[in-house]
Amino acid sequence: MDWFFQQLINGLALGAIYALIALGYTMVYGVLRFINFAHSDVLMLGAFAAYYLAQAVAPVLGPASIPTALVVIVLSAAICAVIGMTIEFLAYRPLRKRPKLTVLITAIGVSLFIEYTGQHEKVFGAATKPFPTLLPKTEIIVGALRCSSNDLVVVGLTAVLLVAMWFIVQRTKIGMAMRAVSFNEQAASLMGVNVNAIISFTFAIGSALAAVGGIFYSMRAPGIEPLMGVQPGLRAFIAAVLGGIGNLPGAALGGLVLGLIETFFGGMPGLSDYRDAIAFALLILILLFRPAGLLGKLQTEKV
Amino acid sequence: MSAPLLDLEKVTIKFGGLTAVCDLDMHVGERELVGLIGPNGAGKTTAFNLITGVYQPTSGNIQFCQKPTAGVKPYKLSLRGISRTFQNIRLFASMTVLDNVRTAMQGNRAQRVRDALLRGRTFREVEARVEHEAMELLKIFSLDQFHGTPGKSLPYGDQRRLEIVRALATKPKLLLLDEPAAGMNPTEKQQLMELIRFVKDRFQIAVLLVEHDMKVVMGICERINVLDYGRKIAEGTPEEIRADPKVIAAYLGQEAVDA
Amino acid sequence: MRGKEKLFLLLAILAAIGVSCISSMFNRYYLGIAIDVGINIILAVSLNLINGHTGQFSLGHAGFMAVGGYMAAKLTLVCGPMLPPAAQPFLFAGALLFGGIVAALAGLAVGVPSLRLRGDYLAIVTLGFGEIIRVIFQTSETFGAATGLTGIAKLTNFGWSWGLAAVTVYVVACLVNSTYGRGFIAVQDDEIAASAMGINPVRYKVTAFVIGAFFAGIAGGLYAHHKAVLSPGGFDFIKSIEIVVMVILGGMGRTAGVIVAAIILTILPELLRGVAEYRMIIYSLLIIGLMLTRPQGLFNFGKKGAS
Repeated sequence: MDWFFQQLINGLALGAIYALIALGYTMVYGVLRFINFAHSDVLMLGAFAAYYLAQAVAPVLGPASIPTALVVIVLSAAICAVIGMTIEFLAYRPLRKRPKLTVLITAIGVSLFIEYTGQHEKVFGAATKPFPTLLPKTEIIVGALRCSSNDLVVVGLTAVLLVAMWFIVQRTKIGMAMRAVSFNEQAASLMGVNVNAIISFTFAIGSALAAVGGIFYSMRAPGIEPLMGVQPGLRAFIAAVLGGIGNLPGAALGGLVLGLIETFFGGMPGLSDYRDAIAFALLILILLFRPAGLLGKLQTEKV
Repeated sequence: MSAPLLDLEKVTIKFGGLTAVCDLDMHVGERELVGLIGPNGAGKTTAFNLITGVYQPTSGNIQFCQKPTAGVKPYKLSLRGISRTFQNIRLFASMTVLDNVRTAMQGNRAQRVRDALLRGRTFREVEARVEHEAMELLKIFSLDQFHGTPGKSLPYGDQRRLEIVRALATKPKLLLLDEPAAGMNPTEKQQLMELIRFVKDRFQIAVLLVEHDMKVVMGICERINVLDYGRKIAEGTPEEIRADPKVIAAYLGQEAVDA
Repeated sequence: MRGKEKLFLLLAILAAIGVSCISSMFNRYYLGIAIDVGINIILAVSLNLINGHTGQFSLGHAGFMAVGGYMAAKLTLVCGPMLPPAAQPFLFAGALLFGGIVAALAGLAVGVPSLRLRGDYLAIVTLGFGEIIRVIFQTSETFGAATGLTGIAKLTNFGWSWGLAAVTVYVVACLVNSTYGRGFIAVQDDEIAASAMGINPVRYKVTAFVIGAFFAGIAGGLYAHHKAVLSPGGFDFIKSIEIVVMVILGGMGRTAGVIVAAIILTILPELLRGVAEYRMIIYSLLIIGLMLTRPQGLFNFGKKGAS
């Protein structure tokens, strides 16, 4: 029973990370109906931004403290928000009217560009760098259960961010505009919505969340390197599809479910080599048998 | 009275909570020209999609040539002899006029893969035959001069005609026309009416026509079915339908009947 | 061109064999690249049938190549020592065919479930299948696991490579340029209208996948016996993208364009050897630039499917 609760806690923390990243995929798909392949690289850039920022901030605010963590996380998120908006503006906006597959290939190109540039030794270099400690870490022990304070912070902060997202999307004007654009772009623009601004905003928020997710991910990983975004990005994408792509609560739910599945099954011996294959197999099964995901709605073509 | 070519018996289809067509009884005899009319959203195109196999009925049966169509894929029904045009013209956008028609002739397995690869005499013969038949068909409708032009660069009225020609290339027994007069001016509509009559006589086929334009429907249909909210509310000759109070009410509201 | 397709095929094969016979005259390095070009032509033209002509966006072509390569290599590794040198060419032909057939079966396995999907979803699913195939080889001891297979006989030469490229082009072009072949394009243009005209979309989509996969498998076999070493890393998602870029650059559906694009994109990395560290960065910028400026491809000569 203790094992179960232990895995539960670990799974929640991992799930929270996937949820944050999945939100970015699902929001962009919601407004643009396109899978942003480069999203996984934004989370990597968030981690690297934190890496360099921590080195700059630490002498001033102390190496591992709450102010440091806060400053680093907020600034990294802001940087990635700008990066996300820039990518959208330069690479995706010119292709707004083109077939979706053209943009998909472009997104793949952007993703490869970021990864290969990052691997160049004048940029980040291909070697794995240890991620700095941002927060003082303590281990909390309750009975036979042990969890890291980091995990609690991750889950707590993610919950706060998810609630904030829900509030923005459901209760603010800009959120309403986002929802309008996701239903019908043309109608929204006829109603006076500045579609370009809304799409930029969507990318900004999605990228900021990805950055936070990337930082949280790095806190549990052995280190960071330019290709680190591929695996969590893939898992988060599957989470978004699982929850129903385009559906925000779905992304959060999908993230949680995937985090739990991975934690509960991850311990099984002999399966780790197959992890990628299993992840893809799961994705294929969802798309074949329940493409709308857990919370999404099926869209049929009108004849 | 021989069995009808197409027979719908208590056909119902539900999409989730919405019943699009309910208990529809309808039939089309060989070489009959039947109309299907009704206000917007009455379920006319849905009925077409049911007949052509795009949708499967939730209950009821549809028989074509006395054989049930339940579970049969659209392409198979086409091979059995049902052909159609679409409300929003669906030509093969990247093909020429001739190719649009030639493609429709492949359905009858005009050519086998082996022949395409071996490029022997059979291949050349089939290619020549298909091209000849397609050109002849286009000539009947005065479209042969455009055979090399991309289908979608034709003027709208010609595109509609091409869609009909393409449908005829499958040598159907029953032709379904979905709002063929949409977007046409009065002269074009007149030509369309003559075209449909011509097609029916020349090719000896049955035609089921969905149309909003009353002049066209009343002008050529031998018999008309009227749908409203998915149910058939009337059936009869054009004169009978014109005078039927239920039909008037459906289109113009109850006040018009009482007036 | 009417009626002369078989003649062209014969001439092309003879020319390829001819060049092969005098190949000792050429610089080994350039010859190697020329062989690579032939292999990439097969890959690009076979993918073009699936993506360009039938409109099924497949991002997992490298998976089929892997299947063909591994199967062919395993066969020659096992049977090669048992047969006399005179039989080697026949063994090679048999191995290539075997690889192609198993790849075709993989194409069937991928194509059938993918039938219901469109656009991005289809792309993701095919990508997934490609990765699953790669992982299977990466974890299988029979196929060398992560190290892969080594010591494969270098049986591929210019004749085999370009000869089979000519065959691939012939098959795909003949298939598409026919009344039968118009069905592929009809399915791509409007599947619902195609169904209404008696074209069975399932049949065409599956056929495209199976034939496309078959030739990708043959290309894989040629590749294996050219490099003499086969590792799973060489068949990853990036490889699939490289082939997709060739098809897009050449103009989806234009056989002639795709061939030229394959040639250019095989030679280009060699020309960029000097700036090797920037090679992939330049390549990714090329992809972005191509999509932004000319997604219909660089070449628009030759009508769809013409060879």
